[in-house]
Amino acid sequence: MDPVFLSRLQFAFVIAFHILLPAFTVGLSAFIVVLEGLFAWKRDQVYLRLSVFWTRIFAVSFGMGVVSGIVMPFQLGTNWSRYADLTADVLGPLFAYEAMVAFFLEAGFLGILLFGRKLVPPWAHFFAALMVGAGTLFSSFWILAANSWMQTPAGYTVVDGRFVPADWLAIIFNASFPYRIAHTVTAFFVTTGFVVVSVSAWHLMRARHVDTARRALGMTFILLALLVPLQVVLGDLHGVNTTEHQPIKIAAMEGLWDTQARAPSVLFAVPDEANERNRFEVAIPALASLYLKHDFDATVQGLKSVARSDRPPVVPVFYAFRLMVGIGLLMLALVLWAAVLHWRGRLFDSRLFHKACVAMAPAGFIAVVAGWTVTEVGRQPWVVHGLLRTRDAVSPSLTTADVATSLALYVLVYLIVFGAGIYYMARLARAGPPDEVEIRDARLGERPARPLSAAHL
Amino acid sequence: MQLDLVPIWTLILGFGVFMYVLLDGFDLGVGILFPLVRDETQRTLAMNSVAPVWDGNETWLVMGGVGLLAAFPHAFAIVIPAVYFPLLLMLLGLIFRGVAFEFRLKTVRARHWWDRSFFVGSTVATYFQGVVLGMFVQGFRVQGHAFSGTSFDWVQPFPLLTGAGLLFGYALLGSTWLVMKTEDELQRWARGKALVALVGVLAFIAMVSIWTPLLRGEIAQRWFSWPNFAYLAPVPIVTAGIALVTWRSLRRDGEYLPFIGAMGLFAMGYLGLAISLFPYVVPYALTLWQAASSPATQAFLLIGTLFLLPIIFVYTGWSYYVFRGKVSAELGYH
Repeated sequence: MDPVFLSRLQFAFVIAFHILLPAFTVGLSAFIVVLEGLFAWKRDQVYLRLSVFWTRIFAVSFGMGVVSGIVMPFQLGTNWSRYADLTADVLGPLFAYEAMVAFFLEAGFLGILLFGRKLVPPWAHFFAALMVGAGTLFSSFWILAANSWMQTPAGYTVVDGRFVPADWLAIIFNASFPYRIAHTVTAFFVTTGFVVVSVSAWHLMRARHVDTARRALGMTFILLALLVPLQVVLGDLHGVNTTEHQPIKIAAMEGLWDTQARAPSVLFAVPDEANERNRFEVAIPALASLYLKHDFDATVQGLKSVARSDRPPVVPVFYAFRLMVGIGLLMLALVLWAAVLHWRGRLFDSRLFHKACVAMAPAGFIAVVAGWTVTEVGRQPWVVHGLLRTRDAVSPSLTTADVATSLALYVLVYLIVFGAGIYYMARLARAGPPDEVEIRDARLGERPARPLSAAHL
Repeated sequence: MQLDLVPIWTLILGFGVFMYVLLDGFDLGVGILFPLVRDETQRTLAMNSVAPVWDGNETWLVMGGVGLLAAFPHAFAIVIPAVYFPLLLMLLGLIFRGVAFEFRLKTVRARHWWDRSFFVGSTVATYFQGVVLGMFVQGFRVQGHAFSGTSFDWVQPFPLLTGAGLLFGYALLGSTWLVMKTEDELQRWARGKALVALVGVLAFIAMVSIWTPLLRGEIAQRWFSWPNFAYLAPVPIVTAGIALVTWRSLRRDGEYLPFIGAMGLFAMGYLGLAISLFPYVVPYALTLWQAASSPATQAFLLIGTLFLLPIIFVYTGWSYYVFRGKVSAELGYH
């Protein structure tokens, strides 16, 4: 155990927990905007009750996202100071723009979204919801631009070993960025969608809050019917892009050792890194060539084409990729099932289907973390692909004991805090939407005498 | 000839860090004083007074961190690993107090745990921010462009002292904030605590003012050589004046003035530190110019910053305006 490995473990741990929150809040803030908008348009209380309900859950998750997010930029300095020093001229402004464009926007309007419904006119409250939602998307934009640059660096020159900016548009809109942001943000929306579906189905099974549960389930399946198939296409395009720029990452994802034409798609195997081969392999011939290069006869680069020291760890990348794709296929199956049920007019009656929906609550989160593992572990042994090795990026002053201590504390605190947060969110979800919501009367401009009904639990 | 952007970035970053200290200072201060508020209703009032704004306040910390990374990366790469454990404990403290805002309303049985989490988290975060400040003033061990000390360099008298000093400082901001935002019994209580905190703050200002010149001959030189002494004499004099005004306003019925006075004291303390440390950004190893990022980096970020900061002020100001006035127990919780 050296400080480098422990620092990687620590970064993986704090970012894996953190990414669960944006995976939820990006989609949920957009859902709240839609619900508020629909309420303003149709004046149907069901939308308002849904919005209040999901805003409560949003508040808990957003708070956790904020505090776990503050940890992230400091990780770059505490554990990866060499990385910070060498890349900051290029990446520093991207992180800073994220703070100025996104974090302030979210934080500035969050108070009004959560506490201001009775203090400001409805349009201003809607605007606040819109700004919070926009902030989460802006945040995704900048942080994924920075991450993508580490995967497919562009627009820089190297001066004295440091990356110096040459072309900002090339830096931000680097080769993998459009694919990564489309794939990631869609994943966030799908993740949230399955949580909404799960909670709604749970209420339907208990015949409680039926009007709101039906509305939310129906709306969300319309969205998922569009986004889940779209995500399959985006994932494929992202794969093609990665094949072009990071062929060794793809080789690890596919479990492909030898460079070959008509490369097989490995459905299952146990990769054996020591002997450079797969055990118990089940594969379909030539399929990988088709989906990676859209040509059966195309040649796909294998792991053995580069030195061992230039390969990522194969096992985690290989299995994480299968986990992600497997969940994607499950999601697709559920959406098709929903379509069939809808066609037969039984979307709200099938108990078995609702059970399946409930079980899908964690699916998106697992897929997001698996996907993140694929792209980040797959980038190893580089922190900036092909240019800066992870082991050369760590803070030189750290000892093994330092990092072991900090990692242990992060694990302890995150398990307590995230554990409690998930418990409270589950309780809010079970309690369901309020039966009635009072709003400030726009015509009178007065604040109601009674507080929000069912405000505190 | 390229325009030298380092002075502009020094001002922006200095301003950002100061905004953080003032804004998160008062909501951390409310957390430090929290267990002393005996009554459940008044605790809720105290919490409600900062609940809608704490998140925005803390964003300035992120701004300070990434601003330092972008504008002065060599400093970021030396200072942040040097404060490894103080920063870790600060971040963990911020986690415990940040989640408490929502969590304590989600439970009745375990509320006292989250109240404790709010207090302990706020106190730990504040103390270790003070430790970081002390290490900064004391200087870092540097070789080449890397920190060459250990992760335990913070265990020294001066940083441990400044940690305690900042507790009083944020308690003063928090209590005067409560004087401004509350009424009747809670307000009277806050006035009493603010007077205690003020005495503590002045004592620590005095100690740090004596200790700092003793740390480094060049700092003593800067303050006490002629004619600097004459130019800089207004700094302690104005500080004393602000302290007096704050004290009198707390003893009478000042509503806003104590908070403004507390901010004034922080401004003077900050100015004093800036005078002592300039032009170092990694005391006493790297100057601002030596630590700066490339002119292209600073220019690219500056264009957006000059455009975005005013917008941030407008909507942050609006948020404070919406939640203006005395806080009520019936803050329209979502």
